[in-house]
Amino acid sequence: MIEQEWAILLARVQFAFTVSFHFIFPAFTIGLASYLAVLEGLWLKTGKGVYANLFRYWLKIFAIVFAMGVVSGIVMSYQFGTNWSVFSDKAGPVIGPLMAYEVLTAFFLEAGFLGVMLFGINKVGRKLHFTATLAVAVGTFISAFWILSVNSWMQTPVGYEIAANGQFMPGDSWWTIIFNPSFPYRLVHTLLAAYLTTAFIVGAVGAWHLLKDRQNAGARKMFSMAMWMATIVAPLQIIAGDFHGLNTLEHQPAKVMAMEGHYDSHPNGAPLILFGIPNSAERRIDYAIEIPKASSLILKHDLDAPLAGLDTIPDADEPPVGIVFWSFRIMVGIGFLMLGTGLWSLIARWRRRLYDWPLLHKFAVMMGPSGLIAVLSGWVVTEVGRQPFTIYGVMRTVDSASPLDAPAIAASLLAFVLVYFAVFGMGIWYLLRLMKKPPEAHETTLDGTPIRSAGITLAPAILEGGTK
Amino acid sequence: MIDLTMIWAAIIGFAIIAYVVMDGFDLGIGILFPFFEIGEDRDRAMNSIAPVWDGNETWLVMGVGGLLAAFPLAYAIILPALYAPMIAMLLGLVFRGVAFEFRWRDPGHRAFWDFAFTAGSFIATFAQGLALGALLQGISVENRAYAGGWWEWLSPFSVLTGFGLVVGYSLLGACWLNWKTEGNLQRQAVIYAGRLGIALLLLIGAISLVTLTLEQRYHARWLDFPGVLATAQVPLLTVIATWLFYRSLRLRKDIQPFLWALALFGLCLLGLGISIWPDVIPTRVTIWEAAAPHRSQVFMLVGASIMVPIILAYTAWSYWVFRGKVGKDGYH
Ligand code: HDD
Ligand code: HEM
Ligand code: HEM
Repeated sequence: MIEQEWAILLARVQFAFTVSFHFIFPAFTIGLASYLAVLEGLWLKTGKGVYANLFRYWLKIFAIVFAMGVVSGIVMSYQFGTNWSVFSDKAGPVIGPLMAYEVLTAFFLEAGFLGVMLFGINKVGRKLHFTATLAVAVGTFISAFWILSVNSWMQTPVGYEIAANGQFMPGDSWWTIIFNPSFPYRLVHTLLAAYLTTAFIVGAVGAWHLLKDRQNAGARKMFSMAMWMATIVAPLQIIAGDFHGLNTLEHQPAKVMAMEGHYDSHPNGAPLILFGIPNSAERRIDYAIEIPKASSLILKHDLDAPLAGLDTIPDADEPPVGIVFWSFRIMVGIGFLMLGTGLWSLIARWRRRLYDWPLLHKFAVMMGPSGLIAVLSGWVVTEVGRQPFTIYGVMRTVDSASPLDAPAIAASLLAFVLVYFAVFGMGIWYLLRLMKKPPEAHETTLDGTPIRSAGITLAPAILEGGTK
Repeated sequence: MIDLTMIWAAIIGFAIIAYVVMDGFDLGIGILFPFFEIGEDRDRAMNSIAPVWDGNETWLVMGVGGLLAAFPLAYAIILPALYAPMIAMLLGLVFRGVAFEFRWRDPGHRAFWDFAFTAGSFIATFAQGLALGALLQGISVENRAYAGGWWEWLSPFSVLTGFGLVVGYSLLGACWLNWKTEGNLQRQAVIYAGRLGIALLLLIGAISLVTLTLEQRYHARWLDFPGVLATAQVPLLTVIATWLFYRSLRLRKDIQPFLWALALFGLCLLGLGISIWPDVIPTRVTIWEAAAPHRSQVFMLVGASIMVPIILAYTAWSYWVFRGKVGKDGYH
C-alpha cells in the first residue's frame, strides 16, 4: 500500500475505535437516565423506600458511566477535524449547525444539571432534585436526536446544493435536512436499543442478586422492572428494525445486498440466507443455509418479487460484504434472544416463579452485555455498509481524509488504544464492583454520606420499605 | 447590513472566554493538587469543583463545535495542524475527567488517580498553551488545507506559551481555593497565588515581547502611531489589575483575588484579539474567508440567541446551589 492509503486506513480504524468506545457509554446512559427518572418519580409518588434505594444504587453507577461517556465524547468532537478535515471543510456548513444545536440544547443541559443530580440531593428540595434528574434524562435524548440526524444525513443526504468551492450548502429548508429520509427510523431504532441495553444490564444485576438472595427487595424490584421493559420493547425493536431495513433498501440498496449476502440478482424470488460464509473472491456464500424466497417476502412482502444483487453495483461502489453480513446476523440474533427472554419472564410471572427460577436468572445474567454487543454490531452494519462513501453517493471516504502522515496517525491510534483500554477497563471494573454489591436498605449517596434526615426526609420511608 | 460573520466571531470568542474563566480554575486545581496534603485538603480541593467541572468543560465542546459550524475551513485547517497537541489534550482530559469519579471508588489506588488527575490537567493545559503559540507563530496553509508537517507546532515560543498557560490556570486555581475553602488549605492557596502572580506577569511580558517579533503585522498593530495610544492602555491596565490583585490578596479578601486574576486573563485575551483581528488563522485566513454560508449562520444564530441566555441562567443556578465554602464532605 502506498503511504496515503495507510494514512486513510489508520484514520478509519482510529475513528471506528474511538466512536465504538464512546457509544458503549451513551447506549447505557440514555436508558439509565430515564430509568433513574422513573425510579425517583415513583419514589416521590409512592414514598416507598425501595425506589429511593434503587435510585441511589444506580446513581453511583450512572456517575461513572456518564463521566466515561463525556470524556470519550469530547474526543469525538475533535475527531472529525483531526481525521476527516476535508470532509469537515466540505460538509461543515450542513452538519456543523446540527452539532452546534446538540451542544446548545443537550450537552449544556446534561452537564448543567448533572452536578445537582449527583451531589445536590441534600442541597435542594425533592421536586427541584427530580427536575434536575429529568433535565439530564431529556438531555441525553436530545443529544441522540441531533447526532443521529447528522449521521442520518450522511447516510441519506438531501436538501443541499454544492457550491463553487466544493462545499455542501444548506438549501432553503433545514427541516428537510434534519428530518432526512433515514432519520426517523434510525432515531427510533437507536433509542429503543438504548432502552434494551439498559434493561438487560439492570435485569442481569437483579438476577445475579436474586440467585444469591431471593428476598432482596431491591433485586426483586429491578429484575421485575427490567423484564417488563424487555417484554415490551424487544418486539417493538424487531418491528422498528424491519421498517429500518425497508427504508435502507429504498435509499442504500447496496447495504442491504451486503446484509443479505446477495451477490447475485434473483429475478423471481430471493432466498433468505440464515447462515453461511461470504466468499468475496468467488462472489458467493459458501455453506449457505437458506429459506427459499423468504428474503423477497420480508423486503418486498411478495414471494416472487425480483431482488437485485451486488452484480448490479459497480465494483468501486460495493461495501465489504463479510463484515456487514456477520454483524447483521449478530444483531438480529440477539434481538430474537431478547424477545425470548421477555416471553420467558412472562411465563415466569404467570406461573408466579419470577423470583425463584434460577435458570431464568442465570440466563438473564448471561444476557447482561447483549445490548451492548447488538448496538455495536448495528453500528458496524450501518457504517461499514455505507462504504466506500462518507456522504452516501456523493463524497468518498478516500476524499474525506486529513492531510496527515501515516506515522502521526499510527502513533495517536496506539495512544488511544492504550489509554482507552487502561482507563475504561478500570472504569468497567469499578462498575462491576459496584454491581456486585446488593442494593441495601440504606444506600448511601454519592459522596459516601449516609442518608440524612435534614433536607429531604428519606429516613422514615427507607425504614418502612427496606430490603428485608 | 449586520455582518453575521462578525457576530459569530464574537460568539466563538465568548465561548473561549467562558471556557478559560470556568475550566481554567479547575484545571489549575488539578495542576496544584500534589502540593496539597493527602487527606482532607485534597478531598476538599476536589470537592470544590466536582459538581461543576463537566459544565465548565462543555464550553470547550462549544468552542470547537461552534468553530466547525461557523468557520468550517478554520476547523479543517487548525485540527490537522495541531494534531499532536490536540490528541494529547484529549487524552489528558480523559484522565482528569475520570479521576473525579475513580478516585473515590478505589481507595487502594487513590495515589494513582491523584497522579492521573494532575498529569491529565497539566497535559491538557500545556497542550492548549502550545496550540495558542503555534497559531500565533503561523501555520502553513495551501489550497484550503494544512500544508505543514506533523511537528510544525513545536517551537521555543509555543513551549513558552504552554508554560504561560500552566502558570495562568494554576493562579486561577489557587485563587478559587482561596475563595471556596478555609483553614490550612486556604492559607496555602494564598501563598501560591502570590508566587504564581509574579511568575505569570513575567511570562506575559516575555510572550508579549516575542509576539511583537513574530510577524511584521503584530508589530505594526501594537506600535504604529496613533494606534499605539490605544494599544498602550492594555499593558497599563495589566499593571493596574496586578496591583489590585496583590492588594486584595494582602487584605485577605475571598473572591476579589479570583476576579482580578480573571481580569488579567481578560486583558491577555484582549491583547490576543488586537494582534490577530480579523483572522481566525492568524495572518493566513480571515474570518470572512472561513465563514459558513449565510443560511448556516442564521439558523445557528436563532438557536444561540435563545439558548445561550438560558444556559447561562441554569449554570448560574447550579453555582448558586453549591455556593459558600466547601466542608469536609463536599458542599454540605
Ligand atoms: C455523526 C456521524 C457518525 C456517527 C454517529 C457514527 N459514525 Fe461511524 N463513521 C462516521 C461517522 C459517524 C464517518 C466520519 O463518516 C466515518 C469515517 C469514515 C467513514 O466512512 O465514515 C465512520 C466510519 C466508521 C467505521 C469504519 C467503516 C469502514 O471504514 O469500513 C466504523 C466501523 C464505524 N464508523 C462505526 C461506528 C459506530 C460503532 C458508531 C456508533 C456507535 C458510529 N460509527 C457512529
Ligand atoms: C461521532 C459522533 C459523536 C460525537 C462527535 C459525539 C460527541 C459527544 C460529546 C462531545 C459528548 C460530551 C458532552 C459533554 O461535555 O457533556 C458526548 C456525550 C454524549 N453523547 Fe455523543 N457523540 C457522538 C456520537 C453519539 C451517538 C451516536 C449518541 C447516541 C445515539 C450519542 C449520545 C451521547 C450522550 C447521551 C452523551 C452524554 C454522556 C453520556 O450519556 O455518556 N453520542 N458526545
Ligand atoms: C430482529 C431484530 C432487528 C432488526 C431486523 C434490525 C434491523 C436493523 C437494520 C436494518 C439496521 C441498519 C440500518 C441502516 O441501514 O443503516 C440496524 C441498525 C442498528 N441496530 Fe438493529 N435490528 C434488530 C435488532 C436490534 C437490537 C436488538 C439492537 C440493540 C439492542 C439493535 C441496535 C441497532 C443499532 C444501534 C443500529 C445502528 C443505528 C441505526 O442505523 O439505526 N438492533 N438494525
